[in-house]
Amino acid sequence: MNDIVIQTDKITKTYGSGTTEVHALSNVDLTIRRGELAAIMGASGSGKSTLMNLLGCLDTPTSGSYTLDGVRVDGLGKNELARIRNEKLGFVFQGFNLLARTSAVENVELPMLYDRSGRKRDTRALAVAALERVGLGSRLDHQPSELSGGQQQRVAIARALVTEPALVLADEPTGNLDTHTSIEVMALFQQLNEQGITIVVVTHEPDVAVYATRIIQLRDGQICRDEPVKNPQTAARDLEKLDRSSA
Amino acid sequence: MKSSTLIRLASQSILRNRMRSILTMLGIIIGVAAVIVMVAVGYGARSRIHEQINNLGTNMIVITPGASTTGGVSQGAQAFATLTVEDADKIRNESQNVAAVSPVIVSRSQVIAPGGNWRTMINGVDTDYQMIRAWQTDSGTFFGPDDVFAARSVAILGRTVAQRLFADSNPVGQEIQIAALRFKVTGVLAPKGQTASGSDSDDVILIPYTTAATRLTGKPRIPQILASTASEGELSAAQDEIKTLLRESHHITGDDEDDFTVRNQTDLATAAESSTRVMTLLMAAIASISLLVGGIGIMNIMLVSVTERTREIGIRLALGARGSDVLTQFLVESIVMGVLGGIGGLVLGITSAKVLAHFTGWETTISPLVMIIAVGFSGAVGVFFGFYPAQKAAALRPIEALRYE
Ligand SMILES: Nc1ncnc2c1ncn2[C@@H]1O[C@H](COP(=O)(O)OP(=O)(O)O)[C@@H](O)[C@H]1O
Ligand SMILES: [Mg+2]
Repeated sequence: MNDIVIQTDKITKTYGSGTTEVHALSNVDLTIRRGELAAIMGASGSGKSTLMNLLGCLDTPTSGSYTLDGVRVDGLGKNELARIRNEKLGFVFQGFNLLARTSAVENVELPMLYDRSGRKRDTRALAVAALERVGLGSRLDHQPSELSGGQQQRVAIARALVTEPALVLADEPTGNLDTHTSIEVMALFQQLNEQGITIVVVTHEPDVAVYATRIIQLRDGQICRDEPVKNPQTAARDLEKLDRSSA
Repeated sequence: MKSSTLIRLASQSILRNRMRSILTMLGIIIGVAAVIVMVAVGYGARSRIHEQINNLGTNMIVITPGASTTGGVSQGAQAFATLTVEDADKIRNESQNVAAVSPVIVSRSQVIAPGGNWRTMINGVDTDYQMIRAWQTDSGTFFGPDDVFAARSVAILGRTVAQRLFADSNPVGQEIQIAALRFKVTGVLAPKGQTASGSDSDDVILIPYTTAATRLTGKPRIPQILASTASEGELSAAQDEIKTLLRESHHITGDDEDDFTVRNQTDLATAAESSTRVMTLLMAAIASISLLVGGIGIMNIMLVSVTERTREIGIRLALGARGSDVLTQFLVESIVMGVLGGIGGLVLGITSAKVLAHFTGWETTISPLVMIIAVGFSGAVGVFFGFYPAQKAAALRPIEALRYE
């Protein structure tokens, strides 16, 4: 099986044209292997979200090629991209993006409603299992408004996991959370990563990036630094320390 | 997505904005209710007209002066054309198919009785009149051929006249005065109720036509000659025969138009129906306009809903929904709204028709077919007016929808 999940070749995204032209990304070559927990960092406006949208097949590049989990993605039509998103990708957003007035289980079931493989699955059972995996087994029927920020983000992570995607993409997943909850979320990502899930996290906070196995730095739409982290910090241990000092 | 999931989603979203949904559906509700009531009343009116026309008599032929057009509207010739007692005699003597004939000589007069006085219609008729109109006497008897032959002053009272002149006492054998002439009451007719045009059939006095022609002053006219056949099968032959006979006696030849009109009961019913059909069409037009307005209401709210739920659409697209999934979701929502409105309208319409029937005494009929059409049509309104908003939702691009605040 192919070990490479993401491979981009001179991927470029330009917004607007003429005098208002913005080169949000230029000629980005990026390869991410199965099992990585990569952090994409950079200042605001450096092109992190643009890259994330391209990697997530939510937007199409101006030029360059992109292969996701062995499938050439650039040039595919809207419906094929929808299928790729459904089958190969899981999303975690900064603003959680859960459906309001909809229970946690139903939110997690959502991607399975759009499954086109035709296989028969017990979507509810799978959703419950995913919620248990993120530690929310006791909050199945709670609506987003009845959950804390950290819990909502865990529902979103369960929703990203439930289809067993090749890649989980998280754009500023801790942006709306306090420090403690942020570390909790990163601990969850580390735990899932140990179970073999490939995760790419976009963040501008160095405190969050320390838990990644690889840090990719963007500046003005180009990769300026890309190196593996030898011994990433363990979020679970940091949490314990934090709890002990506050106790 | 499964259709059960789609309908559940649509119902959830409609229930979440309960007040708004009800207001949106109100247009459809009122439109459908209007259709139901109108159709119900229309059917009722038609069956009432049929009943009244049958009430006129059996296998009856009505001959009126003046030419006719298809719609039964008399034309200018009527002013000069006349029917005469001789016309009636000719039909009686020469027609093979006609079983009974009676001229109707009509005048209005003040009638005086010991117990009161009343202005009413005096109809001079032949003895056949009773058979043609299948009109029984409640008390006393109809006058006989010798009364007609001798032009005797005998009168038969309609139920209304009897009540006005004699209240509760029995008029048979009593004397009344019609236009200063004394008449002996020989009978009282059974009540027949309202005519198709809404006047009272029982507000009438019948006297021998010979008496009416010779004794009554004023200007008696013959607005109609009534005839009937023994059975329905002879009706059209009898009509043709009457036409030939009258053309002969009126000296009408070649291509010249008849100066009289011969119609049977079915023709009368058709003429009466055509007037209700115009009403029904008018009402249907009003109903369609309110359905149109209702549909525009649905479109408006669906457009608002698509804008409000842009982020939700973005989430669904990000998770793998296709444009067609989003389109179906919103379309099902507007269809459900239309159908619910249709059912609501059905309930309101049936209730209103029942209430109307209760207070007016009109007969109302609601056929299951009309119900199915009404609900189906509301669903179609949902499809038609929901399509544009649904398509707008489906055309959204995932990142833009996700970024929408
Ligand atoms: N839809 C867009 N239209 C025009 N310019 C855009 C659009 N999205 C992003 N940009 C521009 O592209 C650059 C990169 O933006 P983004 O990827 O959002 O950066 P980051 O997420 O790192 O803050 C910025 O200069 C931004 O203004
Ligand atoms: Mg960003």
